[in-house]
Amino acid sequence: MPQHHEEEKHWEKDEGDDFIAPQHEPDLAGDLHTKHMHISLGPSHPATHGTVQIKVELDGETIVKSDTTVGYLHRGFEKSCEQVTWTQCFPYTDRLNYVSPLMNNVGYALAVEKLLGIHTKLPERAQYLRVIASEVSRITDHLTSSAAQAMELGGLTAFFYCVEARERLWDRIEELCGARMTTSWCRVGGAAQDAPEGWTERVLETLDWGMAKVDDLEKLVRRNRIFVDRMVGVGVMSAEDAVNCGWTGPSLRGSGVPYDVRKAMPYLGYDRFKFDIPVGVKGDCYDRFICRLEEMRESRKIVQQAVAQLPKGPVLVDDPNIALPGKNNVYYSIEGLISHFKIIMEGIHVPAGEGYSYTEAANGELGFYLVSDGGGRGWKVRCRPPCFILTSTLDQLIKGQMLPDIVPIFDSINMIGGECDR
Amino acid sequence: MSKDALERLQKKFPQEVLGTHAQHGDETALVDRKGLLAVCTWLKESPDMDFRMLTDLTVVDYLGMPPAQRVCSPGAGKASNATGGQAPRFEVVYHLLSLSRGWRLRLKVPVDLEDPVVPTVSTLWKSADWMEREGWDLYGIRFEGHPDLRRVLLYEEFVGHPLRKDYPVRQRQPLIPMKNPNA
Repeated sequence: MPQHHEEEKHWEKDEGDDFIAPQHEPDLAGDLHTKHMHISLGPSHPATHGTVQIKVELDGETIVKSDTTVGYLHRGFEKSCEQVTWTQCFPYTDRLNYVSPLMNNVGYALAVEKLLGIHTKLPERAQYLRVIASEVSRITDHLTSSAAQAMELGGLTAFFYCVEARERLWDRIEELCGARMTTSWCRVGGAAQDAPEGWTERVLETLDWGMAKVDDLEKLVRRNRIFVDRMVGVGVMSAEDAVNCGWTGPSLRGSGVPYDVRKAMPYLGYDRFKFDIPVGVKGDCYDRFICRLEEMRESRKIVQQAVAQLPKGPVLVDDPNIALPGKNNVYYSIEGLISHFKIIMEGIHVPAGEGYSYTEAANGELGFYLVSDGGGRGWKVRCRPPCFILTSTLDQLIKGQMLPDIVPIFDSINMIGGECDR
Repeated sequence: MSKDALERLQKKFPQEVLGTHAQHGDETALVDRKGLLAVCTWLKESPDMDFRMLTDLTVVDYLGMPPAQRVCSPGAGKASNATGGQAPRFEVVYHLLSLSRGWRLRLKVPVDLEDPVVPTVSTLWKSADWMEREGWDLYGIRFEGHPDLRRVLLYEEFVGHPLRKDYPVRQRQPLIPMKNPNA
């Protein structure tokens, strides 16, 4: 007789298990002495495109318990922001969600502008350009997320299609601000520079070309047997639970809650554009994937409308206390020189107080909660990272699922290390 | 408007609500930590309020900020753990959202260094789970009743709470010895 240990567990049929053992055969599994197995996925694992560790306890291939550890990319975003002027925080915000950095720039800029009381009085052209830049970034973010989702389930072709489209869109962003990812394009009160000549036309052309790739992606995977089997009914989140868990963005909408900050509390004049909010039904990985696909199409509509309405004019507020003076002013007038010096050395003086500003970023509600003591530096710069909250529910999502289901579930909440760990 | 929410909250909990303001259109209530759970439960469960989502939870350290600049903490000196009428050093900040009403509300709970304890709200909102762990990790606020209050962004061996204002910016605590620690 084999020795029985306490941690050994006999195989038992779960309630609702539809496997029925034939009566005439002996119960072969009854005598097997099985143990729960502990496996550590990550922190460096090919299927986790952020640095994250998932420790799982398995019963066969079913996940009984798991513990997700994040923080491997923690670099002290908030502490760093407290040391520099309000404007110098922009490069730090690029590195939050590095797949759509322009949206972080916009979110942070709006938060500081809220404390200054100018967030509704920005120059029209700056608002439109911010909308165009944000929506192009949303498309690049969703392209990356959908591409990775397809790739990690075996569809490498779809990945190459999407990443090519993403790179071409990033070429446009490079034309706008000189960098693909480290954009730092926004400034408090507007933007660092205007779009180059003919930029908007090129954006529309690239979008037309890129959206054809999205159609290809859809044709490749939407009705693909393997893809559908791995996605439908996996990682289900009910609408009520999603709200309770603080989910936002395409993941919340995938669960059927039609909440989008752009519609619910419009900023940057989003109420001027006609677009729909795609919502899912079941709240599984497939619904979240389809929501992202459809959102790219809606974003394209917004870009087209914004380009058609784009007014001419300045892209930065005309306020010497907020905006840097033009170089001509700095070099040839003492007032310009002093203004430049004070903004660079002391920072923009933001009135004492607090404010929470939120935008709809690619992963959900990107909030910035700022506290100012009236000086040129932030007292507190809190970033509310949408995917930190999404990742916090990963343990709940994968419980009871199979080990290979971790990959599509983890992909569908689109955890971005830079934003999650800050 | 969220103004209604703030007025009703004040009417319902005159003792627990220490002060209110609405800077930049953000309706805010300072709540005593003794009444926090009652206030939160009412805000979430009451059908008129329906604050079913906790969007954000964070902590602010006001060490060294002159009282005149601290305009966002009216009534903090009345908190049960305030000594000598001085506003306590920390504030735990909650941002609530009511999807059905379109309301947003900010709750702030003043706590002091001597007794940095706040009751957990993770029993009401699951989203509070990791955000409270972050509050413990980076600020050293203990959330009483939290099922698993471990560090979340930093490693267990880390000493101190780095977002406190008295934690030196340049301090290093590497897990692996650095080759050139003076660089």
